Amino acid sequence: MSFDEQYFKLGYIDTLSYKNTFIHRLDPRTKVIATLAFVVTVVSFSKYAITGLVPFFLFPVLMFALGDIPVWFILRKVLVVSVFAVFVGMFNPLFDSRVMFSFHGLQVTGGWISFLSIILKFLLTISAALLLIATTSFPGICHALRKLGVPELFICQLLFLYRYIFVLMEEAMRMVRAREMRSFGARGQGLRTFVSLIGTLFLRTIERAERIYQSMLSRGFTGTMHIAKAYRFGGSDLVCLAVTGIALFILRTYDIVGIIGKQAERMF
Amino acid sequence: MSHHIMEFKDVFFRYPDGTEALNGVSFRITHGECVGIVGANGAGKSTLLMQMNGYMLPSDGAVTIGDLQLTKKTRLEIRKKVGVVFQNPDDQLFMPTVYDDVAFGPLNLEMSAERVKERVTEALQTVGCLHLREKPPHHLSGGQKRAVAIATVIAMAPDILVMDEPSSNLDPKSRRYLIRLLNGFNHTKIIATHDLDFILEVCKRCIVIKDGRIVADGSVSDILTDKVLLEENNLELPLSVQNTGRSS
Repeated sequence: MSFDEQYFKLGYIDTLSYKNTFIHRLDPRTKVIATLAFVVTVVSFSKYAITGLVPFFLFPVLMFALGDIPVWFILRKVLVVSVFAVFVGMFNPLFDSRVMFSFHGLQVTGGWISFLSIILKFLLTISAALLLIATTSFPGICHALRKLGVPELFICQLLFLYRYIFVLMEEAMRMVRAREMRSFGARGQGLRTFVSLIGTLFLRTIERAERIYQSMLSRGFTGTMHIAKAYRFGGSDLVCLAVTGIALFILRTYDIVGIIGKQAERMF
Repeated sequence: MSHHIMEFKDVFFRYPDGTEALNGVSFRITHGECVGIVGANGAGKSTLLMQMNGYMLPSDGAVTIGDLQLTKKTRLEIRKKVGVVFQNPDDQLFMPTVYDDVAFGPLNLEMSAERVKERVTEALQTVGCLHLREKPPHHLSGGQKRAVAIATVIAMAPDILVMDEPSSNLDPKSRRYLIRLLNGFNHTKIIATHDLDFILEVCKRCIVIKDGRIVADGSVSDILTDKVLLEENNLELPLSVQNTGRSS
């Protein structure tokens, strides 16, 4: 995949966050807290949990639907990172060979169950994080984090990251293009040019940082980055948080899928 | 009004590596004047601009803005009076949205929330960009970025506007818009540029610098028609002057 394409994809997830749906309109704090609670709840399940986790897919599905987020775009991103989860869980089936139950003669070991559990937890948490970004503008998230007590310095760093990642990537894109124009075939594409390209980019970044700081000083910067926009924590936020909290609690304490299964067993 | 005055008296500036960037620059710019600063690449224009709001302090000589002499102590005060518009709007616009960026200066001046809102709205209206207020800067066009960069500075209500290459990278329409905008301001304006036609339309006075010294200081009509002087400084007659010369 070319550099240009990657750049425009990054821009795309940013444009998603400017939509205007019910989910987008919620206060960023609500979404940050809800996502955090969701992730913690999912991770708190035992290492053999599977049935308990399944109902949690309700949350991402709701977010996709209410937030009008293209499912494939997010899923592709999740799949790309899922390699890590597979590596983390890969050896579980080898080490944990205790047979948990047998299914029509097929013996299922604890290792496979915990492997599946890791994958499920991973899918849930990563899609929750991506959905948070896709439904909340980055400045909004920064604002929420500040209100929740994250130190000012980190907030500044995040805000600058967001603002200049696009500038930096455009600069890199121009350099990569310029290199491609003048390298015919494999010549000039080697590691050496790549290293000097990165070096140049780094030097330019330092110079830019200097100029930015200069322009901040000339507008009276003294250490805090104020955000002027006022976010309002309204009634719908309260309701959303409450519903999420209750739903998370119920799903965590009662194994819904297990209960349904037992009922079904009794009926037949 | 004495506070709109900028005076350089025998200013020297040496970079830490020993480069002599300014070698005794003296001039006085009074209230409401609009002055173009021209010179070859590396003549010392940018260094000169950096002295104006105290980002760099002169090695020798004195810079006075209004009644304040520029020192380490007064430079915060001076930055309120002198607004600098940098050459690259991407360096100037560092906040996540246009609104936040324009509000950055006023908020640092510790104004009340309503006052800030007023200032920001007014500044964005002046440059005709109020409809862009919720946009992130990376979604703006070059001309819009430039206009917003100017708004970020005028929102602080400076007495003196300093601009570095304001017309660079602009399409003709945006450039024309900028000229009209600047002509509508009654701030004292100092503009460093290579776009001599731009100076011809905006400024009355022009200063030519070469190797850190002022080699000419006079009315635009005298300096920008002096072919010899301009060519000595890697410049040439403004296109509009060349054309009238041919037709007459």
